[in-house]
Amino acid sequence: MAQPLLSVENLRVEFPTRHGTLVAIDDTSFHIDEGEILGVVGESGAGKSITGMSIIGLLDPPGRIAGGRIHLDGQRIDNLSYEQMRRIRGKKIGAIFQDPLTSLNPLYTIGRQLVETILTHSEMSRARARKRAVELLVEVGIPAAERRFDSYPHQFSGGMRQRVVIALALCANPRLIIADEPTTALDVSVQAQIIALLKTLSREHGTAVMLVTHDMGVIAETADRVAVMYAGRLAEIGPVQEVIQRPKHPYTVGLMGSIPTIGHRIERLIQIEGAMPRLTDIPTGCAFNPRCPKAFDRCRVERPELIPVETSEAACWLYDREREVARA
Amino acid sequence: MPEAAAAESGGGGKTARETARETARETDAPFVSVRGLAHYFDVSKPWLNRTLEGAPRLILKAVDGISFDIPRGKTFALVGESGCGKSTVARCVVGLYRPSAGTVRLDGIDMASLKSRREIMPLRRRLQMIFQDPYASLNPRWRVSAIIAEPIVAHRLMTDRKAIRARVDELLRQVGLTPEDGVKYPHEFSGGQRQRVSIARALASNPEFLVCDEPTSALDVSVQAQILNLMKDLQKELGLTYLLISHDLAVVYNFADEVGVMYLGRLVESGATEALFGAPRHPYTRMLLDAIPDLEMSGRARVPVAGEVPDPIDPPSGCTFHPRCPHADARCRREAPETITVDGIRLACHGIEEGRIAAVARGKA
Ligand SMILES: Nc1ncnc2c1ncn2[C@@H]1O[C@H](COP(=O)(O)OP(=O)(O)OP(=O)(O)O)[C@@H](O)[C@H]1O
Ligand SMILES: Nc1ncnc2c1ncn2[C@@H]1O[C@H](COP(=O)(O)OP(=O)(O)OP(=O)(O)O)[C@@H](O)[C@H]1O
Ligand code: SF4
Ligand code: SF4
Ligand SMILES: [Mg+2]
Ligand SMILES: [Mg+2]
Repeated sequence: MAQPLLSVENLRVEFPTRHGTLVAIDDTSFHIDEGEILGVVGESGAGKSITGMSIIGLLDPPGRIAGGRIHLDGQRIDNLSYEQMRRIRGKKIGAIFQDPLTSLNPLYTIGRQLVETILTHSEMSRARARKRAVELLVEVGIPAAERRFDSYPHQFSGGMRQRVVIALALCANPRLIIADEPTTALDVSVQAQIIALLKTLSREHGTAVMLVTHDMGVIAETADRVAVMYAGRLAEIGPVQEVIQRPKHPYTVGLMGSIPTIGHRIERLIQIEGAMPRLTDIPTGCAFNPRCPKAFDRCRVERPELIPVETSEAACWLYDREREVARA
Repeated sequence: MPEAAAAESGGGGKTARETARETARETDAPFVSVRGLAHYFDVSKPWLNRTLEGAPRLILKAVDGISFDIPRGKTFALVGESGCGKSTVARCVVGLYRPSAGTVRLDGIDMASLKSRREIMPLRRRLQMIFQDPYASLNPRWRVSAIIAEPIVAHRLMTDRKAIRARVDELLRQVGLTPEDGVKYPHEFSGGQRQRVSIARALASNPEFLVCDEPTSALDVSVQAQILNLMKDLQKELGLTYLLISHDLAVVYNFADEVGVMYLGRLVESGATEALFGAPRHPYTRMLLDAIPDLEMSGRARVPVAGEVPDPIDPPSGCTFHPRCPHADARCRREAPETITVDGIRLACHGIEEGRIAAVARGKA
């Protein structure tokens, strides 16, 4: 089989803080194939954005990659210089950040920002670039794109700004798109449009996508596989329908149960009791054990690695075959 | 002189505002009452360009004549496509934008009558807003504990430093963070954690009315459930009133008592949540509900809302939804529909008024 477009092996990210070193990502490995969409979900603060930032080389200091390797298209990219990485970021990796305002310059019009970005990545006339920019705005569903070309970011609604950021990420036809909550600020109909766009890119251009979102509906519809993160590690990873319909890890089970639905109104939404541990204070054994309804002795002592179950993998002792065998 | 202004300058005795509030309570008047609210943005090119290039003056009617009430202790939700004007309504309601037309009354007080900062402050404390963009609304140079304590200090709700600290710690715990998180700066938090900080700050001044613009869309579903349950508990305990903006229709369905569906700056359908979701009538509401992604992939095809979102600067004639509506006819293209009430649901649609479109009960979504 061909090598994956992106491979992340044993990634470890640390933040030195006033209260000692905080391990934001701990020994995490996964890959994304060409044309594949990997959904990433998990507890708020689990490390989804930091994982994305590590891949594009934009970790905020003092955060740093303290271990592991990242390869893109066969090239190792976690140890490149800032300048080398900057070139790759523009051309090969397109990033859509969680926070649309920081990716847009408030002083320049939307149109100008798109045109400049297009011109830095490909050689064409200004008029061509302008045409391409308008096309991109239409693709991401900005109404009357031509007329709103000269608007400033603050003149757009939250969702419209988010779509401009998506357009910016697509300027250079990247091989990998890291989309961090790209549809969070968007209503369902625009969401559908953006999802259709991401799908077309992956199918027709073979673009690989890492899609971070809290919206399981979006994941169900878009992703091929899904990774579930908890406290800086992968709790579960597997084909999307399997993870949604037959979640293995008790955290994933809780997460799926918390999704509100339309059809039977309930007084209180279902929640997982307790909070994710602070990263400087992760319990020994399985990080989920204080909140896990299925925890047993071993969970409080030994940390589980990913264990294959069905066609997924889950970091949970419930699926340790040895234990089953020993019991039989 | 407006009555609320008199209230502020009045010394002893019962102020006009207190009287107003009492009458409001007695008559069960809604806490929030919005009538004919409009807000226009001038998006023309600068004067010089207009003169030189002959560019026309361009007005964007972000909100164009909206009326709704929110009873005390209830939740009203606004839904609708991106750019339809939800945040603009929110900003008018909390007084960040001055309406181009219409009135906003909070607890019987006309917002437009409050002129000076001194008049506005007492009302300000009673309402808080959670912004759509948590990054922009948190001061990056302040520690989180100071950010949360700010409304308490600004409104002099507490003066004892120990008491303030205890309150901040309590708020941090309520939103699922820990007191130790108080010493950190906003950039040290993830997106969802920052949103929780802004929720804690909004709750700090014990507001009676909270405007929440996408309060939980940055949160994972489990933390979202925690926050929404907390907001519900507070509502029950303290009788809080909420204006909720969310694109997540499942959240709205479970959380709001009433829903208003907006399209291009207007309300096209509004009413009790269950009635509206159970049998949507307006063609736009139906499209919106059909566009919800399906988790079970149960075969119900997700129907994307058809057609282009129109240009708000140059909206279509008549019913602005007509270019995308399967039921549009000549009258729809000509005449803007009036709001009518059918079975307690307020609707603006010729097709429904003429009996051409019947409500359809939705199957289990
Ligand atoms: N600059 C920093 N200094 C210290 N800790 C940080 C910093 N940036 C992030 N963290 C911590 O790293 C952890 C992972 O953050 P990350 O932003 O990756 O979370 P996330 O999974 O994207 O969450 P969300 O869904 O809320 O966006 C968080 O617990 C956060 O507190
Ligand atoms: N400061 C401004 N100047 C000019 N136009 C504006 C301004 N703020 C908003 N608009 C326009 O007003 C319309 C409504 O914007 P608003 O932010 O209220 O939408 P929204 O319904 O909250 O959308 P979203 O769901 O994307 O947040 C949009 O067309 C937007 O471009
Ligand atoms: S390893 Fe134990 S504590 Fe962790 S998720 Fe599995 S059963 Fe629960
Ligand atoms: S008024 Fe006419 S165009 Fe508008 S929603 Fe009703 S039927 Fe459709
Ligand atoms: Mg994040
Ligand atoms: Mg908005």
